[in-house]
Amino acid sequence: MKRRDFLRNTVAGVAIPYFLNGYAVKGMSANPFMRAASKYMGEDKVLVLIQLSGGNDGLNTVIPLDQYSAYTAARSNIAIPEDKALKLNGIEGVGLHPAMTEMQQLFNDGKLGIVQAVSYPKPNFSHFRATDIWMTGSDADKIISTGWAGRYLDDVFPNFPAEYPNSKMPDPLAVQIGSVVSTTFQGPAFTMGLAISNPSSFYNLLEGKVNVDSNTRWGAQLDYLEVVATKTDQYANVIKQAALKVKQQSPKYPAPGKNPLADQLKIVARLVAGGLKTKVYMVSTGSFDTHSKQTDTADNTVGVHANLLKRVSEAIGVFMDDLQYLQCADRVMGMTFSEFGRRIKSNASGGTDHGAAAPVFYFGNGVKAKVHGTNPVLPASASVNDNVQMQHDFRALYAGILQEWFTLDQKDVSNVLNGQFQPLQMV
Amino acid sequence: MSLNPNQKENTLPPVTSGLKKYRGQWSATEVRHLLKRTTFGAKQQDINLFLKMSPSKAVAYLVNTEEPMPAPPINYYNDDKYTDEEIPMGQTWINTLKYNGMNNGRRKNSLKGWWIGLMINQQPTLREKMVLFWHNHFATETRTVDNALMLYKHNVLLRVFALGNFKEMVKAITKDPCMLRYLNGTANTKKAPDENYGRELQELFTVGKGPGSHYTEDDVKAAAHVLTGFYIDYKTFNSQFGPGRHDEGDKKFSSFYKNTVITGRKGPDGEKELDDLLNMIFEQEEVSKFICRKLYRQFVYHVIDDTTEKNIITPLAKTFRKNNYEIKPVLEELLGSKHFFDVAFRGSIIKSPIDFAVGLCREYDLGFPPDSNYVDQYNCWLQVQGTAANMQQNIGDPPNVAGWPAYYQVPDFDKMWINSDTLPKRNQFSDRMIFSGIVRPQQVKVQIDPVGHAKQFSDPGNPDTLINDAVQSLYMMDLSDKDKEYLKSGVLLSGLQGKMSDHYWTQAWQNLADKPDDVANRNNVTNKLKNLYKYLMNLPQYQLM
Repeated sequence: MKRRDFLRNTVAGVAIPYFLNGYAVKGMSANPFMRAASKYMGEDKVLVLIQLSGGNDGLNTVIPLDQYSAYTAARSNIAIPEDKALKLNGIEGVGLHPAMTEMQQLFNDGKLGIVQAVSYPKPNFSHFRATDIWMTGSDADKIISTGWAGRYLDDVFPNFPAEYPNSKMPDPLAVQIGSVVSTTFQGPAFTMGLAISNPSSFYNLLEGKVNVDSNTRWGAQLDYLEVVATKTDQYANVIKQAALKVKQQSPKYPAPGKNPLADQLKIVARLVAGGLKTKVYMVSTGSFDTHSKQTDTADNTVGVHANLLKRVSEAIGVFMDDLQYLQCADRVMGMTFSEFGRRIKSNASGGTDHGAAAPVFYFGNGVKAKVHGTNPVLPASASVNDNVQMQHDFRALYAGILQEWFTLDQKDVSNVLNGQFQPLQMV
Repeated sequence: MSLNPNQKENTLPPVTSGLKKYRGQWSATEVRHLLKRTTFGAKQQDINLFLKMSPSKAVAYLVNTEEPMPAPPINYYNDDKYTDEEIPMGQTWINTLKYNGMNNGRRKNSLKGWWIGLMINQQPTLREKMVLFWHNHFATETRTVDNALMLYKHNVLLRVFALGNFKEMVKAITKDPCMLRYLNGTANTKKAPDENYGRELQELFTVGKGPGSHYTEDDVKAAAHVLTGFYIDYKTFNSQFGPGRHDEGDKKFSSFYKNTVITGRKGPDGEKELDDLLNMIFEQEEVSKFICRKLYRQFVYHVIDDTTEKNIITPLAKTFRKNNYEIKPVLEELLGSKHFFDVAFRGSIIKSPIDFAVGLCREYDLGFPPDSNYVDQYNCWLQVQGTAANMQQNIGDPPNVAGWPAYYQVPDFDKMWINSDTLPKRNQFSDRMIFSGIVRPQQVKVQIDPVGHAKQFSDPGNPDTLINDAVQSLYMMDLSDKDKEYLKSGVLLSGLQGKMSDHYWTQAWQNLADKPDDVANRNNVTNKLKNLYKYLMNLPQYQLM
């Protein structure tokens, strides 16, 4: 595609107008032309969700340098030294954890953005409930059994799985790296996601040649098993084909097993570059549940939390490098999320307890590299109950992705998200 | 094919049979249903044993049979890379207190192998299934706890209380070193209260998150304060109560707990606040309902509709409370009921990976190496364990403190076990066990013997009865005549010369007995049976129990 060829040769981080069917389009942002086009307009766009499970400590990830004394007062035992925080070009008073050098570089290159203090009204402090809220996109006091990405995919690809794969969508709608498909992909009837741990391990299932008694409980279970068996068979082939098209990937990946998140993203890059039309991928890494000893006592810039962030930063850095190498970087946007942030005040075990709002990172060649919102306001002497106040509802981020990245109609976005959320301008 | 399994489940007519004692038909089918749900796979000798009893005697046998505690795990693991200097080969490691990175890693493997061995060699009682049930309920992870001795003690605790008193179990779990480590109880002090255990005690272990549970965030904090003071003594790997760490102030709870105030106790008495806390929590009827729902989903079916809530959960929870939270009366009532044996529930559970892998070993009565060859024995057990782990049930390491999603994730529950990654792995395992087996040096091999398995059927020389019996032994539901015909002509007899004929099979089977040295005939019969069993285990029916 011309557009891709063109962008490959441009200087990263500078938004350059280019032409699409004769219309000037700036960056990846949507315009009326794109909205008016079909739902498939965002056809080759891919979203990669990175789950940081356990609840990431946002205040030690994106450090409010403009309130440094309140910050250290609240968490003297784990505070990152002011001069060690990584600076962001053109942004005063916001620093990244020193382990996040690759993400600092991406920001400075114009390929990474930060959304401050993302949460929802009445935040929940239970890992499982909060994770469900993020994955389903529900209000804190509502239970929804479908995932937000599952509903999006159901909207764009109705009648899945009955009418799939087909010529318009020959590939899995969503792929989960790992063996259990996330709730994020749960559709109204079926999960819209396909789990893969290793494409080459795919196995030819024989077709079940049975008559099913659908009016029984075991019959209902059997229907499910048969559908999975059939789907496995159909998609195994396209995944293998896609994987085989990619002969070589970026040499910068750490050795297998060294960084499990990088290992997962490496598979994603391979499948994207191999031409799968899959819309959403999900990977995950943990555990960010740092109740104790999140930093080394001797040096707060290293330790458990630093290692976790290092892993994330390194993985995202090399993933972006690989996408560039494979010439498919323009198609991909990524976003991190975690079920909650942690308390402003650290505890005496050198850790932090479950909290509320936390920053979200998003990245890609086509994103707006900026910091949305302001640093959280920290009380001069934080108490154990003080939490980071929400500035952005997490569904505003989903709305931004759906509307601007996937060019979904505004009405459909509201349907998918069960309500109106002002889309956050991330692309 | 626009079917929606969940919708369909919801439109099925409710099962109205209640908790009255089951006195209906008692054939191998009913016994298999009972055994598959309460032990790992229905083993032929256990089926025979139970067929001689009445339904209620069989259930009483499962619930009440006393069993000695198993011998502890041993050192099977010295090799050319590592020698455990302290523990001779064949001896147990549970009595030493010396730990380092190497011996701990090896001992943790020993523990997992030992545990799966207990499952494979289990008696027809509920104990081992309940150990796994409680492991999922009070989930801990070996990778986090990371000390083989504390993990072993925890496993023993689950077994001691498997069919005991639930309230006493919660108390023991609260003070258990493994749990103190896993949920930070050991770091929970008055100076720095850690809410982790105080939260999960309520959210996951007792009152749950069901419709009748309304504890608050402040209750989590108050519980954490009550529980301050317990810690692990790393010299002995036992738990202690340190009065100096305990918050002696009063702890106030919400209206859900009737605004209870747990009065602070001083000095060593502080430990008794745990009893105050559990007394307060166990006053809530929701505790009994929460546990009964979980047991119901484990043993009967994942959907609890209004009818089931009213007819089963509510009275069962009442039994639980009336018996001061003893587990046995609840299980005896549920498993002996008309409801449990209702045909509507036959085959309605998707096997967990452990049910699948261990059940396969037991139903085919696989011969594992004897105790005298403990090195191969542990290694073979660990292969089964690793297989189940690859299918997403790694015993000792559930994904997190909530246990495996298949036991709680609405609406999919046990469907969560099955996806495009795990289903092929299940088929690969059954294929492997029938075609190559688990192979160790010196010709040690653990493999399905299809001829031996077929021999226990009524008339294996008749292909129709052979297929009938094989279907009945492996599935909880029948196949149509058309499918059985396909199994006979398309699978069992497909390689025979000319037009397949029943007689040809009968002759080949007969030759096996008459001319045991006829290797070609033996291979022919064996391979035909392997294809049949492989096919039967690859069909989705085999995933159900």
